[in-house]
Amino acid sequence: MTETVDIKDLAEPGPGQPAVRLRAEGLTLGYGDRTVVHGIDLDIPDGSVTAVIGPNGCGKSTLLRSFGRLLKPMSGQVLLDGTSVHAMPTREVAALVGLLPQSPTAPEGLTVADLVARGRHPHQTWYRRWSSEDEKAVERALRRTGTYELAERTLDELSGGQRQRAWIAMALAQDTEMLLLDEPTTHLDLAHQIDVLELVGELHRETGRTIVMVLHELALAARYAERLVAMKDGRIVAQGAPEDVLTEDLLREVFGLRARVRRDEESGSLLVIPLGRDRDRLEATV
Amino acid sequence: MALSHARRHWLGLLVLSATLVVAILLSIVFGTKSLSLQQVWHGLWSATGTEGDIIIRSLRLPRTALAVVAGCALGVAGALMQGHTRNPIADPVLLGVSAGAGMFVAGAIFFLGVTTLYGYVWFGFAGALLASTAVYLVGTYARGGATPVTLALGGAAIHALFTALTAGMLVLDEQALDTYRFWTVGSVAGRPADITLQMLPFVAVGLLLAAANARGLNALSLGEDIARALGVRIALTRLTGMAAITLLTGVAVAACGPIGFVGLMATHIGRAYTGPDYRWVLVYAGLLGAVLMVGADVLGRVVAKPGELPVGIMLAFIGAPVFIYLVRRRKPVRL
Repeated sequence: MTETVDIKDLAEPGPGQPAVRLRAEGLTLGYGDRTVVHGIDLDIPDGSVTAVIGPNGCGKSTLLRSFGRLLKPMSGQVLLDGTSVHAMPTREVAALVGLLPQSPTAPEGLTVADLVARGRHPHQTWYRRWSSEDEKAVERALRRTGTYELAERTLDELSGGQRQRAWIAMALAQDTEMLLLDEPTTHLDLAHQIDVLELVGELHRETGRTIVMVLHELALAARYAERLVAMKDGRIVAQGAPEDVLTEDLLREVFGLRARVRRDEESGSLLVIPLGRDRDRLEATV
Repeated sequence: MALSHARRHWLGLLVLSATLVVAILLSIVFGTKSLSLQQVWHGLWSATGTEGDIIIRSLRLPRTALAVVAGCALGVAGALMQGHTRNPIADPVLLGVSAGAGMFVAGAIFFLGVTTLYGYVWFGFAGALLASTAVYLVGTYARGGATPVTLALGGAAIHALFTALTAGMLVLDEQALDTYRFWTVGSVAGRPADITLQMLPFVAVGLLLAAANARGLNALSLGEDIARALGVRIALTRLTGMAAITLLTGVAVAACGPIGFVGLMATHIGRAYTGPDYRWVLVYAGLLGAVLMVGADVLGRVVAKPGELPVGIMLAFIGAPVFIYLVRRRKPVRL
């Protein structure tokens, strides 16, 4: 934390625009010799909720993993406060950016309290172990996610929705200003999906955390994120406010889907009504 | 709140330590030659060179000490192995450590004509070091780096190779086979006291590395992605763990022969009580390893009187039913 940051490298916020602390520059990512993400530039405005959408295999999870420094770029870089995350000490990044991968697994018999306590790892050293600050952070995370009453239960005993909230509590206990969530609603029924996303929204409102999440459910993404980033074949196709991004044309282009996008008058939420696959476009892309 | 299990854990530790003390006392009192408690007391505190004193001083104390040290080392190493490979049946055999030690012991006997335990203990240690280094390198240079799967596969490969080489040497030389057989059965009897003393610094370093590894292992048990996101340096954590495993099993196997089941049983019993927190699992596995080793050694002396059964065989006798019980009681743990 005592590292000095080169001020010149920080993104200069334009008038009326939020600062950007996390950004990708010419980011190319892949596994082995397979390139998945092709030279992406992306700014994550500070204190925003961004949802990355796109079809399976479009590179959205890969992008998120790279933001969390789980994956080294083939070229380009991920900048955090102007410094490449891959050049920063692991622990320092972990104190600023938290990441929850898709469908994480825990060892059998792990209690919720112990899981959440492990989120404090980056704040501990071999000489400074469990402190009252750790204790408070864990309790805060448990209460905020509604898992305080479940603290002594083991993860195996919980329902899918409760378990996911426990994992989010772990990421919260890490106490980072930025939180990356990879498909936090997978395998959950609609009510529990809403439950988890309401929690994310609350976190954002109450703590002002910057949140980036990968989501499959388009209408939910539009409802709970302030910004959408649509990806296809490792490139960003559109980004901006949900009503600007989530259009019938974009659904056709990105998902090969014929759909109607309507606004529900009462709630103001966007609705996506799928009509069918766009056969012509599908054949053109194959 | 996160520490609410602590009391239960400390209590268990107390009970376990007391059990170890009892096991050590039994190990000093019971043996092929029956000694009165008076003779034992005399031998312990005011030895004058009577027959009883010699038995206590040069046989029972050294063998008990070796059983404690080796048992503790094997217990902690077993817990580390299961943690790093996320494999609930990992033991020294899985990572090729025993096979490496075995091959070097056989080589020392076959090529150099070494016949005394003194001579081949350090060959065994060197073999254990070589084997786990090889496993680690195979694992690291595999695509995707050292993961639970590459470590286990590398271990299986090294184990097969070294076992074949050992068998080759033994087939060619019948006398070597006899000497080797003495080592391979797994025993703590007849080892001079200074072997245990020489082991101590290696075990101490191994235990320190294991302690340093506990928190990293806790994070790794949530998966490598989460561990990295929590700021764990994965390669360093794996390397520390492998170094500890190598030192601990290396010296124990070299001195006592390939003793199975201790690390496996100690870890399973310990974890069943403590839950999956490696800071506790490691401590429990170490103490339980020592208790099991000393206990099995004492039993071996009692059941086969006037002769005795080596601790390696006793442990297999005890280990098999314990495992059948564990399997029947609950499904195998997921790590």
